[in-house]
Amino acid sequence: MATNTLPAAERTSKAGTTLFLKTLMAVSGVVFVLFVAAHMAGNLKVLQGERSFNTYAEHIRTIGEPILPYAGLLWILRVGLIVSLVAHVASAAILAARASKARPQKYQVKKNPASTPSSRTMRWGGLALLLFVIFHLLQFTAPKMNFGDGQTGNPYQLLVGSFEIWWITLIYFAAMVALGLHLHHGVWSAAQTLGLTSTPKSRRIAKTAGAVVGLVISIGFILPPLLVQFDVIN
Amino acid sequence: MSELVEGLYRLGDPISDHATPDVDITKMWPEKQFTNKLVNPANRRKLSVIIVGTGLAGASAAATMGQDGYNVKVFCYQDSTRRAHSIAAQGGINAAKNYNDDGDSVYRLFYDTVKGGDYRSRESNVYRLADVSTKIIDQCVAQGVPFAREYGGLLDNRSFGGVQVARTFYAAGQTGQQLLIGAYQAMERQVQAGTVQEFTRHEMLELVIVDGRARGIVARDMTTGEIKTHLADAVVLATGGYGNVFFLSTNAMGCNATATWRAHRKGALFGNPCYTQIHPTCIPVSGDYQSKLTLMSESLRNDGRIWVPKRREDADKDPRDIPEEDRDYYLERIYPSFGNLVPRDIASRQAKNVCDEGRGVGPLVGDFRRGVYLDFADAMARLSKDQVKAKYGNLFDMYERITGESPYEVPMRIYPAVHYTMGGLWVDYDLRTTIPGLYAIGEANFSDHGANRLGASSLMQCLADGYFVLPNTIRDYLAEGPFDKVTDDAPEVVEARAQVEDRLQKLLAIQGERSVDSFHKELGHIMWEYCGMERSDEGLRKAIGLIRGLREEFWRNVRVLGSADTLNQSLEKAGRVADFLELGELMCIDALHRRESCGGHFRVESQTEDGEALRHDDEFAYVANWEFTGIDETGALVPTLHKEELVYKFIELKQRSYK
Amino acid sequence: MNLTLKIWRQDGPDVAGELVTYPISDVSPEMSFLEMLDVLNEQLIEQGVEPVAFDSDCREGICGMCGLMISGEAHGPEVTTTCQLHMRSFTDGDTITIEPWRAEAFPVVRDLVVDRSAFDRIIQSGGYISVNTGAAPEAHSTPVPKENADRAFEAAKCIGCGACVAACPNASAMLFVGAKIRHLGEMPQGQPERDARVVSMVNQHDHEGFGGCTNIGECAGACPKEIPLDVISTLNSDFRRAKRHS
Ligand SMILES: Cc1cc2nc3c(=O)[nH]c(=O)nc-3n(C[C@H](O)[C@H](O)[C@H](O)COP(=O)(O)OP(=O)(O)OC[C@H]3O[C@@H](n4cnc5c(N)ncnc54)[C@H](O)[C@@H]3O)c2cc1C
Ligand code: HEM
Ligand code: HEM
Ligand code: SF4
Ligand code: F3S
Ligand code: FES
Repeated sequence: MATNTLPAAERTSKAGTTLFLKTLMAVSGVVFVLFVAAHMAGNLKVLQGERSFNTYAEHIRTIGEPILPYAGLLWILRVGLIVSLVAHVASAAILAARASKARPQKYQVKKNPASTPSSRTMRWGGLALLLFVIFHLLQFTAPKMNFGDGQTGNPYQLLVGSFEIWWITLIYFAAMVALGLHLHHGVWSAAQTLGLTSTPKSRRIAKTAGAVVGLVISIGFILPPLLVQFDVIN
Repeated sequence: MSELVEGLYRLGDPISDHATPDVDITKMWPEKQFTNKLVNPANRRKLSVIIVGTGLAGASAAATMGQDGYNVKVFCYQDSTRRAHSIAAQGGINAAKNYNDDGDSVYRLFYDTVKGGDYRSRESNVYRLADVSTKIIDQCVAQGVPFAREYGGLLDNRSFGGVQVARTFYAAGQTGQQLLIGAYQAMERQVQAGTVQEFTRHEMLELVIVDGRARGIVARDMTTGEIKTHLADAVVLATGGYGNVFFLSTNAMGCNATATWRAHRKGALFGNPCYTQIHPTCIPVSGDYQSKLTLMSESLRNDGRIWVPKRREDADKDPRDIPEEDRDYYLERIYPSFGNLVPRDIASRQAKNVCDEGRGVGPLVGDFRRGVYLDFADAMARLSKDQVKAKYGNLFDMYERITGESPYEVPMRIYPAVHYTMGGLWVDYDLRTTIPGLYAIGEANFSDHGANRLGASSLMQCLADGYFVLPNTIRDYLAEGPFDKVTDDAPEVVEARAQVEDRLQKLLAIQGERSVDSFHKELGHIMWEYCGMERSDEGLRKAIGLIRGLREEFWRNVRVLGSADTLNQSLEKAGRVADFLELGELMCIDALHRRESCGGHFRVESQTEDGEALRHDDEFAYVANWEFTGIDETGALVPTLHKEELVYKFIELKQRSYK
Repeated sequence: MNLTLKIWRQDGPDVAGELVTYPISDVSPEMSFLEMLDVLNEQLIEQGVEPVAFDSDCREGICGMCGLMISGEAHGPEVTTTCQLHMRSFTDGDTITIEPWRAEAFPVVRDLVVDRSAFDRIIQSGGYISVNTGAAPEAHSTPVPKENADRAFEAAKCIGCGACVAACPNASAMLFVGAKIRHLGEMPQGQPERDARVVSMVNQHDHEGFGGCTNIGECAGACPKEIPLDVISTLNSDFRRAKRHS
């Protein structure tokens, strides 16, 4: 009588497999990427002047009316973003905790010749981004802490007013560097996690995409603040 | 007791193999499978088998016996069963599939193996080996072994030394690894199913015999030092070869003879200990710190051409500056029909000859340059560099890593090194040793390769033994069981354990001046010098004296630090070297008594006029089986010889010729 | 050449260890790294100091037994195993720090020796094709396109050394698991169990206490057999496929 193979006992720990957590992180990350890409494109309307920008700010609140209430789409977006944020941060935290448990005794000497700095700084970079987003929301969404002298009710003026202050621009600059690095690794990493890079060629493409997206988005974001700071826009 | 012959050994009664069925050779195996008793599936659960060794032989046997439903315990000294030395095999595995329709057949593989072994193997075993070879490939492919394939999706074959058909299946230069991973995975599946239990980092140090039957082993847990007995209904040794008796060999650092030697000391006969194979294509020695020799796969001889300069003066010239007419492609010159593909023993000895003539290349080691060129320039002109790379890339990289030279640019340098041991525990057609309940499979037994093994035949033998033969023969024995229960406190068990503990304590207590490695190196030196590629009466006698002296010094002057109850690598080595020091002597005695040249055993006194090996079939067509009968008061091994006459019914005895 | 070695010494699994400094002289560039340690050990034995315990067996880069963290790099500065690393990769006067693989799932046994049996248990959980001995069809009845065979082979080269885990900042074994998933999943023989295999192996991986992969890529950089990073992508997509099917 031949023995048959027994199926392996199910051994999923409570928080789910690492792969499940990774998938959450990748999907929420992709949501973020789409959001920041759109957000960046919107911000660039500042370059077209006050009217254009304010129309855009109003427009995103009226899309879908009357099917949706005023700012309805924005709220859907916000809910999506909040859910993603919770998922993203929670899975990041669990994975980080597991990683540190997986190596309780550190090396006395450790080199990392094969990886990019951005890949190794995802956790710190993510934390920086979290702090930034909190600050950013306080500033622009609610309660709209106004550091500058523009009108709070006028998005264009609020923006231009804020970035005339050098240290605000500096904070943003630092945040955009963090964002660029986060995206540089994040985009390729999400592609790998989603299983889209199973050949050397697709792997190269994803890595290039990471670098391009990281650069384009961080530069696109920082352009308006810099232009304000250097008085090209006022 | 009978007289001492030449002051060295006694002559005992001849033995013979009663297990081979007396029918036509093509019917023997079917007959055997039919007449061997069956074990009722419900009873298999009640039977237990210990398998020592997880190489191709052990792992495949464990997987199959586990699948059959027996309780199997496997042991290995590495930290994982996947690391057994079979993993290092590079070239390939033979099978008589005849996929190329180039005239291959079971009968031809049988014939080639017997001829390659210089007519010193048992016909019935070899025929069975050739017969089951085809099933091995089917089995491995089904397990997912990634053999090399052609563009059409079918399996690719190459040819190997000693034969003229392409019957070798391979997976780049890592056939052993791929086959072993296949067998390992099959075994791990049984671990999951609960039929096989693994004991890694466990070294077998003694065999337990109760009422004349092998009933278990004493093993040391190498991480905790705990000595434990493991009992079972039968014991299988799949512990590989003993090439490390030479210190430098292509074997892994841990390969040892302890398991087989302990069994030998407890009554198992040791067959043909002197038959060692020296492999022609190894990377030459570079210094005295060297810990092992690295093989460059024999498959390189398919495309590489071997040469040395015609004149001694050219020895240290850049090989690329030596014109064609000043090169001596000596194998192609002496053996026009086989050329660079002559069997290993011949290729090795000719390399030694040209180096002894002073035409060797590479650095001077002692008075000679020990190396010959293996040149790929022609191959690179004929194929493309990429094609050569696809075939041999990993070997070339390995060579460059070790020597710092690129074979794409300069010819490789190669020299023979100890590689494989044809000798081992004597087994009958059922693979049973002379101890009931004790089986030996794979390189650990003496069975199929006679005096010389053909390339790619060992992997075949290991898997044939493990997957197909042993599970079908051992059941005949197990059907008699379950045997009386043996417990840990049975006197024989207690005694075996005590022996092991005493020995370890003794080794630790000596606290002498010399490290274990220094003894091992010295032993290796003696063996290589006097019991290596060429052996003479005078040299062997000298070696026997030297080994006895060294053994005496070892037990007086070895230094093993640390204790027995932790991981202690010096202690592990000490036990192995102690056994090598006895086995080495037996090898020399065997080599001395066999006054003929055959296969890997070349006696200077027995050669033809043009220096070829000369057999003496009238006197020596037998397997020399040695019984351990103690060490006398002068510290000499005094073994007893039992001959098994080799009868050739299906193949005619001939002098080998590869000209 | 003359070198200073700082070697991790630890008497057993449950005792604390420390780096101990040993000078060594007259090292030949032709020596392998482990032969250099052999020479050191001979000197230690002469001085009555217990030799440094480290693992090795084949010493030709195939068994996967050796493995040391050499000045912060798994298997040292070259793409190869520790046993195939030669001293010509170092220069006179170098200080070399030698540590064991560090991971919760690879506990230290002694000095530089660790226990990697977690890998075996991952294979046990499903890293095989279930085919009983004797039940195999004729080998040529299932052709495997060369491209798939080559991709399978590339992944099957993994020697189970654990350098990927040692090098990974998360101590993740995903490269090892991915290599097996790719090897078996690339061939027709591996299809029937493909879904079950990946799920059980990933579960076992997590259960053993390895960290999660965040695609950092140190593993592939340290892998002596150059297992490509894309096997982890294959693992991810196979895992998701398996979840979809269930
Ligand atoms: C470098 C090299 C290349 C080769 N290439 C080829 C080739 O291309 N084709 C070919 O056909 N053959 C080749 N061979 C020969 C072939 O690989 C071996 O003969 C064969 O693999 C031996 O397998 P085995 O199962 O008998 O033993 P091994 O694979 O040596 O396994 C021995 C097992 O026994 C265990 N063991 C040993 N002693 C003890 C003990 N005391 N206690 C507990 N466990 C113990 C070990 O842990 C191990 O698991 C090659 C050999 C070498 C060295
Ligand atoms: C808000 C705070 C944030 C934190 C704490 C955070 C943290 C992290 C961490 C720890 C990782 C895992 C690293 C890895 O898997 O390699 C990660 C991945 C990722 N993050 Fe963030 N991040 C944050 C915000 C963002 C933002 C704003 C974006 C997009 C603009 C983003 C996009 C991504 C992407 C695409 C990934 C890759 C997912 C994957 O690895 O599969 N993250 N983040
Ligand atoms: C220099 C760069 C940026 C500028 C100038 C900027 C500007 C603004 C402004 C003006 C608003 C208010 C829009 C409105 O409510 O009408 C806003 C909202 C927001 N921004 Fe930014 N932003 C920048 C970068 C970022 C980045 C990098 C992120 C995320 C990582 C981000 C996330 C958000 C979010 C979540 C909101 C709130 C949207 C909402 O729910 O109302 N911003 N930003
Ligand atoms: S994937 Fe590479 S590094 Fe990891 S175990 Fe396999 S061979 Fe070693
Ligand atoms: S380094 Fe670690 S994070 Fe993943 S890609 Fe390799 S396992
Ligand atoms: S000792 Fe075998 S791989 Fe290094």
